[in-house]
Formats: sequence, C-alpha cells, structure tokens
Amino acid sequence: MEKFGTLTAIAAAYPKVNVDTDLIIRVERCAGTPREALGPWAFEMVRYRPDGSEDPGFVFNREPWREAKILVAGENFGTGSSREMAVWALARMGLRCVIAPSFGEIFFGNCLQNGLLAIRLPADEVRRLMALASAPASATFTVDLARQTINGTTRFEISPRPKRMLLEGLDELGLTLAMEPEIAAFQAMDRPRRPWIYL
Amino acid sequence: MGRSLFEKLWDLHVIAELGDGMQLLHVDRHILNELSGSRAQLDNAKRSLKPRHPQLTLGVADHVVPTEPGRAGDKTPWAKNVMQIFRDESRRDGILLLDVNDPDQGIEHVIGPESGFTLPGTLLVCGDSHTCTNGALGALAWGIGSSEVCHVLATQTIVQPKPRSMRARFEGALPPGVTAKDLMLALIGKYGTTGALGHAVEYAGAAIRELEIEGRMTLCNLSIEFGAKIGMVAPDEKTYAYLKGRRHAPQGALWDQALAHWRTLPSDPDARFDREVALDCSGLVPQVTWGTSPEDVIGVDGRIPDLKPEALAYMGLSPGQPLAGTRIDRVFIGSCTNSRLSDLRAAAAIARGRRVAAHVEAWVVPGSMRVKREAEAEGLHEVFRAAGFQWREPGCSMCVGANGDLVGPGERCVSTSNRNFVGRQGPGARTHLASPATAAACAVAGEITDARTL
Repeated sequence: MEKFGTLTAIAAAYPKVNVDTDLIIRVERCAGTPREALGPWAFEMVRYRPDGSEDPGFVFNREPWREAKILVAGENFGTGSSREMAVWALARMGLRCVIAPSFGEIFFGNCLQNGLLAIRLPADEVRRLMALASAPASATFTVDLARQTINGTTRFEISPRPKRMLLEGLDELGLTLAMEPEIAAFQAMDRPRRPWIYL
Repeated sequence: MGRSLFEKLWDLHVIAELGDGMQLLHVDRHILNELSGSRAQLDNAKRSLKPRHPQLTLGVADHVVPTEPGRAGDKTPWAKNVMQIFRDESRRDGILLLDVNDPDQGIEHVIGPESGFTLPGTLLVCGDSHTCTNGALGALAWGIGSSEVCHVLATQTIVQPKPRSMRARFEGALPPGVTAKDLMLALIGKYGTTGALGHAVEYAGAAIRELEIEGRMTLCNLSIEFGAKIGMVAPDEKTYAYLKGRRHAPQGALWDQALAHWRTLPSDPDARFDREVALDCSGLVPQVTWGTSPEDVIGVDGRIPDLKPEALAYMGLSPGQPLAGTRIDRVFIGSCTNSRLSDLRAAAAIARGRRVAAHVEAWVVPGSMRVKREAEAEGLHEVFRAAGFQWREPGCSMCVGANGDLVGPGERCVSTSNRNFVGRQGPGARTHLASPATAAACAVAGEITDARTL
C-alpha cells in the first residue's frame, strides 16, 4: 500500500450530504470493470450528461479541481453499500484524502484498507475548508498526517493504529497473519466452550 | 453492573487487544457473494492465501443472477465472468457454493438464517452492508468491504474498533396493517440516516417481542439505513423454535449445549447503553418514502414536506401535495428486506382476487428457492399471477439492479427494498420504499395508496 506522508494538493468541495456509494460507483461498474479502470466511472451519474459529455456543474470537471487529490465533503459521505469499489474509484480518480463531518462506517473502514486518509472534522470546520477549497487561490491544502494537521493549523484526530498503517503503508492482513499463534490459542480455548461453531 | 447482549457477544470474540480501542475478533460465520467475494478470492489467490476454515464460509450467488422465470435473460457478459470466477475459486478453496440452480440458493441474508448457518451468539460478517439482517437471531453481524473479505478468508478474524451501544425501544402495540418495515422507516424518519452512526443497536420493547423472526429480520436489515453497521434483537423462544432442525443448526446434544449458551445472551435487566432512543408504535400508519434517502419518509396519508428541493425535483414531486394518489409505473416486491414467506403472504392477501393496474409492471421476487417452494405450496404464485404480477426466480434483482433488473429513467417504483438513492434502481429511477402490503396495494391501485383502505 502507498505510504501517506505529507500531501500538498488541490482540494475540491462537494457539499452534498448523504453521498452514497451507489452514487460514487454504479453497481454495473463494480463487477464489470477492472480495479485500475474504475477512475473514469467515479460519480458517473453526476459527472457526465446523458450524452456522455462532462457536466461542467460537477466540481471535478472544472479547473483547477480536475487535479484535486483532496475532497471536502458533506455529512455521512460514503453511506450505503459496502462496495469497496467506491474507494478504488475515488483513489483511481486521484484522491488521497477525504474530509467530512461524518462517514458511512463501512466506507470509512474501506478507505483505511486502501491508504485513503478519511478525516472527520466538526461541521463548522468542514464548512470553512469548503469555502477555502471553492476559491482557486486558496484551494491548495497541505495535509500532514504525522502532525495531524491541515494547512498547519487545523488539527484532526486519528487513532494511533490506523495512523501508523497509513504512514508506513502497512497491510492489515499482513499484520494479522503474523498473529497466527494468538488465533490458534483462541480457537483451542473456544472449541470446547462453543463446539457447535466449528462446523 | 449488568452487560448488554452486544457487550456479551463482543467480549466472546476478542482474540487480542491491538491497542487504542482496536481489537482482533474471531469470525464464526462468513457469507460470500459473487460481487464482493470473487474480487477477494482472486486477490487472495494472487498472494497464495488459502481460506483458514473453508467450512465456516458459505458462498451464494445472488447479486448478479438473472431472476427472469426459468433463469433466462442472462445477457451481461460481465455477470457471467464474475460467476465463473466465483465458481472456480470456491471449488478450488473447498467453499460450499449455493449456485443459481441449487435448491438452497437465495439472497444471502435470507439463506443465512433459513439454513441455520446464522446462529445466536455468532459473529457473522459478509461483504454486503445488509449483513446486519442476521442480527435478528441475536448474532453480531455486519457488512464488510472486499479487503476485509480477504482478511476473513485468510485468518478467520477481523480487526474492529468497538462501537458504542444503543438501545432502540419500540413501545406500544403495533396497529393493524402496520409492519416491521413501517416501524423501522418511522424510526429512521425520526432520527435520520446518521441517527445510529458509530453504534451497535439493540432493538427492544414490547413491539419487538411480539414480532415474528422474519419481521425482526426486516427491522435489523434497515440498521445500515439508520447509520449502524450492527443491529440486533435478543434471542428468545421464537428464535430457538425458528432455528431448530435447520440444515446447519446444531443437532442433538450440541443443540442442547448451544441452547443453554444462547439463553445467557440477552441483555441483563440493569445493562447500560451509551444511548437510548424510543418510538411509540401505537399511533403509527404505514410509511412510504418521498425523497432520495430512507430518512425522507412520511405516513401514507401525509403530504410531501417542503424540504430537500433537489430530492423533490429528482422524484418529480411538489411540496404540499398528498403522497397518496401519486401515479406509479412499477412495483417491486423482493430484496433482503422483504422477500420472505410472511412478506409474500402479506402481499398476496392484498393481491388475492384483485388485478394489477393496466399501466403498472409488478414483480414478486422470492428471497430464496425455499421461500419460493413454500409460497408455491400455498398457491401464492397463482394468486400473484392471476392478479398480473410476474413471479420470478430468487436474487437481489431490482433492489441493486446488477442483473439488468432495472427501473427505467423517470419511472416511479414502489419497492419493498431498502434504498431509494438517486439511480439505485437504475439511472433516473424514482423509488418509494414501503412494506409488502403497501406495495401490493399500490400495484392494484396504480398509484400510491393506503393498503388499509383498499
């Protein structure tokens, strides 16, 4: 997984609330499109007009936000379906960081699995960042994961374990495979306690 | 101090503390579908990772399978491709796969409980957000992403931060014609789709004890629409009676041992919850959504509120207009929310002796092959067909729209599913979520209507 250090990049504001993962990636793309090719299909229902042309009303279709790597989003971003393809599509579109007042919980976990930094901030702070992101002159943000700051001043919270995973590009599965003795010990204790579990 | 059902279940599964609130938990049961599962299977194969306990994973084809009668209509090459990967990898890994024509095939959250694969006290995960449905049996169940599916397959564990606990009490008796679907939509309407974010919810109260197991599944199913990954109902005598004798349920002495364990699981009387919410059921009417989020919901006798102009424009509705009387094009009765035998009985009771309006296309998609067989044994398929409904094959169908089962652009569909999101049932589709009885009544009336006054 790509390590997350300090990111300086354009931030795009997308204030819509309850953006669901169906809107981020349609189900047909989830099964029929290779992971690497999902980027152009992110947000397709709001990004393109029915004739396939770009909708200029969508922020990622305008300069300078075409190059955005940071998304400042509304409440409950990524709600709904567990489809991890939503995160893959955003990552392939170029995003490294999403900032919102709250996230759909499964989406939030999926971000971490893919090195996408999801940051929860109070709603008023998100509104302030959206205002900055909406003007080209102030749309370049610096996200420093080690210091847990945005633009040097806004502090965000992240638990130590996810932080270390992102900073070092660690893969959760790799970490757990190294815990095989603990897993075996648990099952040895649990099997007599709940024998009907082990089919 | 007493402990809650959630705390007891959580503690039973902790393998190791990973620091700062993260824990490594044992996964007792894992359900794999072709959509999220096949990707994970390929990823693990690339890393030469085999399933640690293939017998604790149940594979089922549901998302992309065709539901046309006789399984015709499989016209999407990518769906065939996904299914082939799923079959090949499941065979290689030794995972039991309930394929399209298996007599036990169905929607994963229908067949988990009905096969006894889901049990009280189990930690169950699956790469689908509606895995919370399984909490109806007193399981600790939630939906996961594809990377987590890889993790579960290879290690039989999952890493999670412990959520906060919430109890949602439904007090008062359910009025006639008001169902579990209406209860949960009303709760989501009251507290919003972020109402339970960060919480594991236990549904409690007199109205929940009265609910049959399938109604509890509908209730728990919509936990994710309430913002919670986990929803659960404490197991009771109804739960045990439901499970006894099912294919994967323990038998003989193991059953007795399991039963003794399950009886210890319900929340202690003095259990504390981080948050408590409540809903009085006694005055409820059938609920129907008007917008593009499950929280956009009113009673079927209500008027469209002056809120969310973007959602109203998408839905083609105006503030102040009565919801009832809105002309519809389609009705979908199915999905992991409302496709079980009791749901089909409720819809058939409305459809019996009536006709679907001429301008409406109405579908019934049973949740599983078993549900289909049981419904047909009661003659429900004849009731539906005689009324002009299509009687189809089990699958996720028009809830997720991954198999060509789509609502057309601008068409209005009353659906017993769980999501009325923009484009969820097809680009431009307008979805109204409702109970099976309401959906059947709307099909007959050709417009949104109150089943109680049909």
